[in-house]
This record gives sequence, structure tokens and C-alpha cells, in this order.
Amino acid sequence: MSDQLERALRAPVPGAREAARRFADRAAADFAADFAYTTIASPLGQLLLVAGRDGLTQMHYLDEPLDPLLENLARRRSPRIVESAAALDPWRRELEEYFSGSRSRFEAPLDWAAMAPFQRAILSATAAIPYGRTSTYAGVATAAGNPRAQRAAGNALGANPLAIIVPCHRVLRSGGAFGGYTGGLERKHFLLELEGAEAPRLPSA
Amino acid sequence: MSKPGLPPFQQLLERHSDDVWRALRAIVGAQAAEDCFQETFIAALGAYPRLRPDSNPRAWLLTIAHNKAIDHLRRSRRRHEELEDAGAVQDPPGPDAEIWAAVAALPERQRAAVALRYIGDLSHREIAAAIGCSEEASRRSLHDGLATLRRQL
Repeated sequence: MSDQLERALRAPVPGAREAARRFADRAAADFAADFAYTTIASPLGQLLLVAGRDGLTQMHYLDEPLDPLLENLARRRSPRIVESAAALDPWRRELEEYFSGSRSRFEAPLDWAAMAPFQRAILSATAAIPYGRTSTYAGVATAAGNPRAQRAAGNALGANPLAIIVPCHRVLRSGGAFGGYTGGLERKHFLLELEGAEAPRLPSA
Repeated sequence: MSKPGLPPFQQLLERHSDDVWRALRAIVGAQAAEDCFQETFIAALGAYPRLRPDSNPRAWLLTIAHNKAIDHLRRSRRRHEELEDAGAVQDPPGPDAEIWAAVAALPERQRAAVALRYIGDLSHREIAAAIGCSEEASRRSLHDGLATLRRQL
């Protein structure tokens, strides 16, 4: 085979990337794919958003590499995962409005199905804390019908798969201390300040 | 340790869409490549959870692409029965236009063998499986196709 022929056959042909994007957007839009994801920039750094047929299923601070997070999702739920910014538009828009101060509640659908019942109860109670207000671990445990489960409530909040949107940053320790935050206390402080909530002082470094 | 599973489908799309695109362009031409590409990946996405994690996803995708390409050629041949080879569509001119035109003018099986071997880098065994012929026949198709291309270029 002549060099010219071989070179031509092996040379990349323009258009593949665009065709792949069109495919992914369409597969996400008609739910041929079980999950679509995208990453967006925010005042708190890169965020990963994942949605399925029933709504948003994950929203994480992207402090770790993306691939293991997606591989984990593939293993636990479905490997039919594609990247599509368009599919995540409703949540991206609401987040932008939230960060600009013009939105105080999230309305695009959320997928609660993958959560264990206890975590779901704790996170629903958390989702009911109004914008700009705070509660305590004891408070959400009580609201979830299990007042003694404060520590478990803390764990459930720490594993919140829908950061910011299910506002676990509004849950503080009794007595007004910060408690924990999976994304780091500075982010928790930022969000409470954004909402005009009475935020405890950040522990000094 | 968790058992090895299938990677997110997006990974296959990113790694292999270039090869699938080039192979389809060679087999069905630039104009039909888009439709065949979409059909290939939608079929692959549907069947993906049943793919064995240890199989070669590239060969799998190219096999599906080949099937979609052949379906397309049959459909368009039925539509234009007067045409000798409906797959030999006019490609937009480019630096390698002559080569692509020559590839497009090859008989169907030779064209597929050339595309799968030199674009898809499939082995003779994988090509035979994709085309649905013996390894010997796939070798012969490849050989004949290359001989024609060499003569013309």
C-alpha cells in the first residue's frame, strides 16, 4: 500500500467530534441514555451535574478527578452515560440565578430514588429549611421523625448527593458552631453569607 | 475490590468516534456518514449494558458501524436501482478527494475490508466477523481492494 494512500486513510476526518456531540445531546434528550452529565464553573469552583429521566441525581464539587465519579455511577446504576450540557440546562440556569442572588428556591426536578430511606428523610427535611435560615443536626433529625439520630443525620448530610440544591449548608451544630461540610467550611460560609443567613465565624486558620 | 464493570458510554464515544466516522465515510461517503454514525451509536448505546466488559469495544463499534453502512447501501440501492453503486456518492473536494473517490468506487465488500483494516485497524478475524465471511475471504477482499487502489493512484 502506498504511503499516500495509507496516510489518507489514517488521517482524521473533520466532523467526528461534532457528530459525537449531536449524538450525545440527542441520546440525553430522548433518554436513550440513562444519565447525562456536564461540568459548570461556579463561584465555588467546578461543579459536576448528573441527571436522569427523573431529574437531577448528583451535584458535586469537582475537587476530585471526574472519571472515577462517572465510573462509580456506571457501576452502581447504569453505564449508559453521556455528556450533554444541553440536558443539564434547567439546573445550570437555576444555579446561576441562585449564585447571582435572584433565586431562593430550586424548582427543576430532583431524583430522590437512589437514596436510602433514612437519608432521603433527612435530606427532605433539609430541603424544607428556607433560604437564608439555618437549622441544626438535632433539628433535621427531629423533622425526619428520629430525634435521637443526630449523628446519623450528620453522616447523611455529609453524603448529600445534591450539594447546594439540597441545602445541607443550612444545617449547623447546636449552639451555633459550623459543624462539617463535605465541600469545606469556606464554601459553607460562602453560601450562608450569600443567602444573608446568620453565619458563625469561620475558624481561623 | 469491586468487580470491573463497563466504563461510562461517553468514554467509548470519545475514544472511538473518530474511527467510526472515518470508516463510515469510506464505506458510505460523506453525505450518509452522519445518519449511519447516529444509527451506529444509538444501537450501541441500547445494547451496551449487555457487552462483556472484557470485549474489544472498538471492534464491536466498528462491526455495528459496518452493519449500519451495509443497511444504508442496500436501502439506497433499492431507491436508485438504476445506479450501479449507490454508495459511490460525490464527496466534497479535499486534499485526498481522489483517494476517497477511489475507495468509494470499490465493490462493497472490498471497500468494507479496506475501511475496517486501515481505518479501523481491525484484525482479519475481526473483519471476517464484521463482514460475515471467512477469514480467507476477508483477506482476499482486502488484497483485491488494495490492488485496485494501487493501480488507480
